[in-house]
Amino acid sequence: MTMQIEFVSPEDVLYSGEGDQVVARTRGGGEIAFLTGHEPFIGSLVPCEVRVTEASGSVARFAVRGGFVSVAGPRVTVLSDYAIPATDIDVAAARSDLTAAQAAEQADPNDPEVRMALQWAEVRLAAAGEGVDTATH
Amino acid sequence: MPGGAERVLRRRIGSVKNTKKITRAMELIAATRVARAQQRAKAARPYSEQLTSVIENLAAGGAEVDHPLLRQVEKVETVAFVICAGDRGLAGPYNAQVLRTAEREIQALRAEGGDYRILAVGRKVHDYFAFRNYRIDSDYAGFTDNPTFDDAVAIAHRVRELFDSGDVDQVELIYTEFVSLGTQRAVVRRFLPLEPISVVSGSGDAAALAGFSFEPSAEGVLQDLLPRYVEARLFTALLDAAASEHANRQRAMKAATDNAEELIVKLSRAMNRARQEAITTEIMEIVGGAEALGADSGSSEEPNLEEMLLATGWSAT
Repeated sequence: MTMQIEFVSPEDVLYSGEGDQVVARTRGGGEIAFLTGHEPFIGSLVPCEVRVTEASGSVARFAVRGGFVSVAGPRVTVLSDYAIPATDIDVAAARSDLTAAQAAEQADPNDPEVRMALQWAEVRLAAAGEGVDTATH
Repeated sequence: MPGGAERVLRRRIGSVKNTKKITRAMELIAATRVARAQQRAKAARPYSEQLTSVIENLAAGGAEVDHPLLRQVEKVETVAFVICAGDRGLAGPYNAQVLRTAEREIQALRAEGGDYRILAVGRKVHDYFAFRNYRIDSDYAGFTDNPTFDDAVAIAHRVRELFDSGDVDQVELIYTEFVSLGTQRAVVRRFLPLEPISVVSGSGDAAALAGFSFEPSAEGVLQDLLPRYVEARLFTALLDAAASEHANRQRAMKAATDNAEELIVKLSRAMNRARQEAITTEIMEIVGGAEALGADSGSSEEPNLEEMLLATGWSAT
């Protein structure tokens, strides 16, 4: 049995259709997978890779900077103010962002914006299938 | 001088024809942009709808939160106005309507002794209020005909800064609502503080879905959610304003094209009359001259009019 999955960003609906599984990472809860019949749930997302397993078995990947996931009955909705499909990620830009963020982290390891930028760059690279050797989380 | 009036009119017709070409082109461009702007507004709707439904579910799940964005003040002293109009003119009453509505609001506030902050979205808004010596808190321009979410985030950021710091007690959003292709109206909407959640959630549907679990917690989710909600609402307003601007421009340019057409017809008639008059005058002069000649020589032979005309160099074509 499949569930209805919607992936919505402010400017567009990125994905809408039947699927088997959604994997995301919530704030404080770590990675979490939603299958059909999951209890009603609302979670706040950290920068992460969201994987949607479609009914056909193929996996759609998105890099997500933040947002929410909501499960209500047979519907899973991912809301993100900033999300990119993995195929659209600019790897070179993500790499240079990563280098810049790492340099900034050296200077000030506790700045939340720097942490955010760092995570966001890593997530983009991971979603694009480019390995990141810095396993910081 | 015969022919002078005709030349002047011919030149004017040429210039009106050029104007008509330009307004016609602008009308067509605006028409395609209205369609695209409507498309974008439609594409953006699921996000704000889903956000609202999540907030409703949160409320149904019993989230109680004391968020800064919900802070109500008993005596409102300073109000920030986010005024959204266009960067460019030639859009009929579009800019004027928003600006007039905004100025009226500000005047009413000042009459009550309140203070104002202006966040000008669109070059026309900045120009209008700067010219009238209003203080402008910040201005944003260059995107009103095609706003992106990042633009909304930038404005929302400043709005929250003002509101969170307590500099302003209330934020009003003034923009043009896109009701339909034929109707757009300037509206004033309360932006912040947000309505208490208990008011937002009115649907029984949400209550039926109670029993949610939250991560990290209902309050934690709401903390993240409300700022996004603010951005989404602002974005919706910007998209509405953009669609309205294009619709207004299309109408204004259609009217201008129609007027140009009418003017061309009128001027062409005047020009034809002027030409006819000039020809008639010339013929009268020639005939008069020929008769004078005939009477002078005293010959019985009538002068040939056609020969006389050719002799003066007049051509029938």
